[in-house]
Amino acid sequence: MSAITRAEVAHLARLSRLALRDDELDHLAAQLDQIISAVARVQEVAAEDIPPTSHALPLTNVYRADEVRPSLAPEQALAGAPAAEEQRFRVPRILDEEA
Amino acid sequence: MSELTGKGAGELAALMASGEASAAQVAQAHLDRIAAVDGEVGAFLHVDPETVLAQARAIDERRAAGEELGPLAGVPIAHKDVFTTTDMPTTAGSKILEGWRPPYDATVTARLRAAGLVILGKTNMDEFAMGSSTENSAYRTTRNPWDLSRIPGGSSGGSSAAVAAFEAPLATGTDTGGSIRQPAAVTGIVGMKPTYGGSSRYGLIAFASSLDTPGPFARNVLDAALLQEAFSGHDPMDSTSVDQPVPAVVEAARRADVAGMTVGVVKEFSGDGYQPGVAARFAETVALLESLGAKVVEVSCPNFTYALPAYYLIAPSECSSNLARFDAMRFGLRVGDDGARSAEEVMALTRAEGFGPEVKRRIMLGTYALSSGYYDAYYGKAQQVRTLITRDFDAAFEQVDVLISPTTPTTAFPIGERADDPMAMYLADLCTIPSNLAGNAAISVPCGLSDDGLPVGLQIMAPALADDRVYRAAAAVEGALEDRWGGPLLAQAPDLAGGAK
Repeated sequence: MSAITRAEVAHLARLSRLALRDDELDHLAAQLDQIISAVARVQEVAAEDIPPTSHALPLTNVYRADEVRPSLAPEQALAGAPAAEEQRFRVPRILDEEA
Repeated sequence: MSELTGKGAGELAALMASGEASAAQVAQAHLDRIAAVDGEVGAFLHVDPETVLAQARAIDERRAAGEELGPLAGVPIAHKDVFTTTDMPTTAGSKILEGWRPPYDATVTARLRAAGLVILGKTNMDEFAMGSSTENSAYRTTRNPWDLSRIPGGSSGGSSAAVAAFEAPLATGTDTGGSIRQPAAVTGIVGMKPTYGGSSRYGLIAFASSLDTPGPFARNVLDAALLQEAFSGHDPMDSTSVDQPVPAVVEAARRADVAGMTVGVVKEFSGDGYQPGVAARFAETVALLESLGAKVVEVSCPNFTYALPAYYLIAPSECSSNLARFDAMRFGLRVGDDGARSAEEVMALTRAEGFGPEVKRRIMLGTYALSSGYYDAYYGKAQQVRTLITRDFDAAFEQVDVLISPTTPTTAFPIGERADDPMAMYLADLCTIPSNLAGNAAISVPCGLSDDGLPVGLQIMAPALADDRVYRAAAAVEGALEDRWGGPLLAQAPDLAGGAK
């Protein structure tokens, strides 16, 4: 049995905001199935009561003083923008996406 | 190759300090070398000779004015295109960032500049540092200077190729699962992954934030230590930066001895899948360490065999989150914005066009592993394995000072051989991944040529913040092997100039 179906791969592409072509989905479905079957080996490890590690080093939160510091000028922040207008990022419509 | 490009970083710095060479002469010699061989090697994505010479002349002026300069002032360096640079484009090897000029310098970039290093240009890499061959670059193929039909390793393959081809004495890299050590191994140079948090991630385009670690490439161990010292140390701009003194890596590289050290051979990293020539050079190096006064024992780290599957859940999970920032809104590529499509449609079209196949695979794999219903079975389990791997290291380091293994199971493979076989490609990082998951220090140092005439790397691992121990052992191995070879391993590489090989 395959670890992942093509329909699931198409769903993942939507969640990942990747508008993939049908041939890309076909190719990826086979590869992801192979990879997921391989990485599922982690489930062989007896890990009852083993705490998870999200980070290699013990970390505590780091704070800095809440002080006004120099930051990017508007023209610097907008320099790489695909589109800008009146010192703002111009973006496509964001409302009624589900309509 | 000119007399200057044949020299290491420390030697060049001494020549400039004594006035025998100027930084401008050194920079020009390297620009000439790049012009002569980079058409074949393909290490660089961006080189602007004027910017390079301006940096070099500024160093010469400061020196002439009597200013006290750092130990690497005027030395040229190749900079991986994953670090932001205000005066050069930064693409991370991706079409989605084509032509992007960052508004700020990465901390590593800023520290290279502060140390007076002359940045020659930006080096090619697997897109967003995902890969082991640099074939996942959206821009060009980088070739191994030892055999131009083979890969230079990855993801920092432009950096390894530049140093091995004498286009630069030093280079930066980043290591998330082996992306410094594996390219160093397959090109016959030195590559070091410092302790996680020892070098700043600020301005490093993120792949997997709990693993990404900037580190140095060089043609000898001491030069790598000099570079690591130059860009390491606490950075308030990186919340995971370690607020402790940088280990005394330069001093350790000069000390170069293993007498009295206990060295552990990782039992799990041998056997099937290891090229015979790699296994043979490794076994000879074990014997060499004993002859140098080290005590060598075999150590079992049973959970290391699960490091690869755990990594290919953790790293894609983190990447699927990190790469969400490439949304076509604030910077980078935007396609399909025709006034009718929604932001979400434009985002999906842009990401589909801007990302290459490996990046798409990993984003989707990570999205899968983090999905409700699968999270516990995949990502959660991988995080538990990460704990077990760290415990294996802790237990091993109670018995031994350093652990060793081959850096990668095979020598450089032919370009194209694994390009569309992700699982085969992932095996290149089999031995390097544990130190990323545990965050400790690890280096690759050349230990000879395999039966195919290609370089083999020795990996030396030490506990977190014991980077100095790694350098001490690596320099001892390097010194003894160079005595045996009658010079550095790279002296045996074919000549590139004139189109040979």
